[in-house]
Amino acid sequence: MKERLHQLQQEALEKIEQASDLKALNDVRIAYLGKKGPITEVLRGMGSLSPEERPIMGALANEVRQAIQTALEAKQAKLEQEEVEKKLAAETIDVTLPGRPIRRGNPHPLTRVIEEIEDLFIGMGYTIAEGPEVEKDYYNFEALNLPKGHPARDMQDSFYITEEILLRTHTSPVQARTMEKHQGRGPVKIICPGKVYRRDNDDATHSHQFTQIEGLVVDENIRMSDLKGTLREFARKMFGEDRDIRFRPSFFPFTEPSVEVDVSCFNCGGHGCNVCKGTGWIEILGAGMVHPNVLEMAGFDSKKYTGFAFGMGPERIAMLKYGIDDIRHFYQNDIRFLQQFNRV
Amino acid sequence: MFVSYKWLQEYVDLTGITAKELADRITKSGIEVESVEVLNKGAKGVVVGHVLEREQHPNADKLSKCLVDIGEGEPVQIICGAPNVAKGQKVAVAKVGAVLPGNFKIKRAKLRGEESNGMICSLQELGIESKLVPKEYADGIFVFPSDAPVGADALELLNLDDEVLELGLTPNRADCLSMIGVAYEVAAILGRNVKLPAIELHENEENVHDYISVRVEAAEDNPLYAGRIVKNVKIGPSPLWMQTRLMAAGIRPHNNVVDITNYILLEYGQPLHAFDYDRLGSKEIVVRRAKAGETIVTLDDVERTLTEDHLVITNGTEPVALAGVMGGANSEVRNDTTTVFIESAYFNGATVRKASKDHGLRSEASMRFEKGIDPARTKEALDRAAALMAEYAGGEVVGGVVEVNTLKQEEVKVTITLDRINRVLGTNITKEEVSTILTNLQFAFTEDHGTFTITVPSRRRDISIEEDIIEEVARLYGYDRLPATLPVAESKPGKLTPYQAKRRQVRRYLEDVGLFQAITYSLTSEAKATMFALETAKPIRLALPMSEERSVLRQSLIPHLLEVVSYNRARQVENVAVYETGAVYLANDENELPQEKERLAGALTGVWHANLWQGEKKAVDFYVVKGILDGLFALLGLEKRIAYKQAKRDGMHPGRTADILLDGKTIGFVGQLHPTVQKEYDLKETYVFELALTDLLNTEVEEIRYSPIPRFPSITRDIALVVDEHVIAGDIQQAIIEAGGELLKEVMIFDVYKGDRLPDGKKSIAFSLRYYDPERTLTDEEVTAVHEQVIKAVEQQFGATLRG
Repeated sequence: MKERLHQLQQEALEKIEQASDLKALNDVRIAYLGKKGPITEVLRGMGSLSPEERPIMGALANEVRQAIQTALEAKQAKLEQEEVEKKLAAETIDVTLPGRPIRRGNPHPLTRVIEEIEDLFIGMGYTIAEGPEVEKDYYNFEALNLPKGHPARDMQDSFYITEEILLRTHTSPVQARTMEKHQGRGPVKIICPGKVYRRDNDDATHSHQFTQIEGLVVDENIRMSDLKGTLREFARKMFGEDRDIRFRPSFFPFTEPSVEVDVSCFNCGGHGCNVCKGTGWIEILGAGMVHPNVLEMAGFDSKKYTGFAFGMGPERIAMLKYGIDDIRHFYQNDIRFLQQFNRV
Repeated sequence: MFVSYKWLQEYVDLTGITAKELADRITKSGIEVESVEVLNKGAKGVVVGHVLEREQHPNADKLSKCLVDIGEGEPVQIICGAPNVAKGQKVAVAKVGAVLPGNFKIKRAKLRGEESNGMICSLQELGIESKLVPKEYADGIFVFPSDAPVGADALELLNLDDEVLELGLTPNRADCLSMIGVAYEVAAILGRNVKLPAIELHENEENVHDYISVRVEAAEDNPLYAGRIVKNVKIGPSPLWMQTRLMAAGIRPHNNVVDITNYILLEYGQPLHAFDYDRLGSKEIVVRRAKAGETIVTLDDVERTLTEDHLVITNGTEPVALAGVMGGANSEVRNDTTTVFIESAYFNGATVRKASKDHGLRSEASMRFEKGIDPARTKEALDRAAALMAEYAGGEVVGGVVEVNTLKQEEVKVTITLDRINRVLGTNITKEEVSTILTNLQFAFTEDHGTFTITVPSRRRDISIEEDIIEEVARLYGYDRLPATLPVAESKPGKLTPYQAKRRQVRRYLEDVGLFQAITYSLTSEAKATMFALETAKPIRLALPMSEERSVLRQSLIPHLLEVVSYNRARQVENVAVYETGAVYLANDENELPQEKERLAGALTGVWHANLWQGEKKAVDFYVVKGILDGLFALLGLEKRIAYKQAKRDGMHPGRTADILLDGKTIGFVGQLHPTVQKEYDLKETYVFELALTDLLNTEVEEIRYSPIPRFPSITRDIALVVDEHVIAGDIQQAIIEAGGELLKEVMIFDVYKGDRLPDGKKSIAFSLRYYDPERTLTDEEVTAVHEQVIKAVEQQFGATLRG
């Protein structure tokens, strides 16, 4: 009997070893450990054994069972693992095939520039003021120290609708309107982005419609040095921390003193290149101290209040920043142009 | 304004400063020097030659064979093609080895078999613009005065060794439209003195009043009129130095008298006019407004019809000049003129501007009057002109000046403290520094305990208030010395307004779902202005449009977006999805500003989504666009207040267009373009929408409030309803929601079927209904009870039957 058990164990372990899949293994289990299996049969024959031998045989039988069981489990785990691996291998995909495209549009490059500038000035405590594009001659010119017949009106040929109404030629009327709303009390701290219109033929460098951003700060004790500091801050945030700015005297009817503002070339760092035409500087802004007539017309006491104003063209900034060569691109909206501005 | 560097030295010492350095200094302190041009453009080796012999070239009709003494031993033979070359002339000869502008090297050559050792030059060949070359030399070589020394440097004699600074003057700096004005500016920058021209005037015994009288009938337009008579003049060329200065300044020389008036215009900034006294036709000058319909033939031989806006100089009966703009042909100085009446006047800028604009005549004179001249120099300029005519036209100046002067010139005084200067600039400039700057500007001033009282010279009409003085100080002190500070003030946070913030979110959303932002023109054609408009008004038309295409303000954004789609399709970009936010303009009353309302519009065409290797390809259709808009309304918290209603609109597909209603009020539409419009723009199936963005963003929405996360299971029941095919899903859904009451939390359409398995004229719509109670777990019985009600409601309202 003892031999029989050892033999069974031997046989079973061999068959387990040979089983190549889970079904075959299960067959082995049923064959050896099932109720009708040989071990059960052996145990049934225990009645013929002496009482001394019975427990010994019983223990042996259990040992054999245990050994088979353990082998079965081990083999099962191994086969299962193999099965999984086989299945996964069959599931292999080609990871180089394209992903499901996510359709994405993006802001117009001008919006990109305008919002960047807006955010920059919001960070410095400015709010954004907007105003009508169809404007009264008064706000567009007269309130800005450009009375009728003023020679400087020559500088901007305008689209008039009636004698008193025109398409605004700059966003400055928003400044006049905002100051008027403040009823002579500061501080005023705004930037005004928006569309403006001039009677120009559209070509690579001119557009009858374009955008502008102007800034205005009016308070007691605003100094021209504050204008310089503010614009330097702007230039550094917009074009890089090592930028510098310079003022060149200029003339605008609504500011006195007036300056043109150059930023050191962000392409060559000021050594001179084709972007800055060899000068190391790029003109990007017009600015100045708000003319006392403008303050007074808007209801501010020019003895008590001073202010600065500046204006710039997002088209020009975008053209410089992205190397765009033709202003008409902004208004043709060629998708192949627009989608170039689709990332950080 | 073109400023000759050599000429300028007559008025201010430029020792130690090159033209280029001067240009930089001028630019830095306020007037942009746009260019510095070396007149000879690199030419060298050109000398004065004396044509000793001239004969016909034996082998060429149009060539001459010349023997020319160039001051270097033996005369040389030069072949010349100019028709005006002649024996005895002094000419400009480019010697062998010379270089002409454009790096053109002169070599010994053979022309039609004859040797040529150099080239006799025209002024054009020496780099002078054709329009500046005196007419008599326009088609040939230039001829020097007979006293020109043979062998001398011709370029120097022609002042081509000069450099010219082009000033880009802003309208306030009209004072620099004269050499003397520029001299003052340069003197202030360099801290040097100004030397004014010395006028040596010798008048004869006669009295000008015996020759002419002046009456001004329009004193406002002409506050100062002065004149002199110069007799016995001999018309001829002006001296070479004067001609070269005129050409350097961009004015073509004519004859001595005319050149002198132009020379004074450049020197003093005072426009003059010379009349042929004998052709005036009377002994009086009357300045008045023209009569309507009156005519004058101007110097350019054009007959001009005048209006009462125009100021004219008359001989008492008819106009002899359009004041400040151009003289009349009838009194023009000609070669036989012997007596000249010189006019030096101060005309009102606006009057001149009007006339110059109306007649399209912008001259050096009119430009100066428009910008404002210095009346203090009017008579000085007249005297200088008369003196020069005596000197260079052999004239005799008749004694005295005729003059009408009603000019009220008030002295401009500005008082300013040192403290104010520094407070406005943010600087610590000293009293002494300010004094130096004012002294250099040659402004008369007194200073008392830091208070400056400045008398502004009449040449600086741009200065009248404290800020003007601050600017003068700042620019001459140097802006690079201005510190950089930030405003010292209570700082308040900056922020977008809720409207601006929402608008940005709307843009980002549309971009993130696949649309590109476009920016198109506000001006359009009359036909396109009102097309697709949500609201229409009388078109707003420009008074003077540049083209019909850009003549009227738009009332809808869609037409230009369609142009964008069309533009892209024409360039093989077939799949286009764009949107725009922008104003439309709706007219109010004639003299009121229009209403500007912001709109949001989009246009989509082509494939919306494709992943071809996985077999996915979806074209843009109505529901793609509607889905985008649904997402937008959800973003704005308005999705429950929005409804779509089948609609008919011009230009839109009659069966595929919906009005969009917010709280029952139309705020936009969406749909497919009408096929005829598609064809017009050369488009394929294209969908558009336009929304009243202003209204949408200004709609009040409740703040987000947290609601508890569901803790109990919900129960979902699906039903498929068979209804008449005209019944619309939205109505059924609405009925279900109403009948479902509190417990019904969600209704979703998951299938729509029309076809063989249903009777004709019927369709089936399948809904999935989700029931939920936040307080407890619902029982089947409870849900069944409500669900039965829902079914009953749709059966009753739409004759729906459950699909088995």
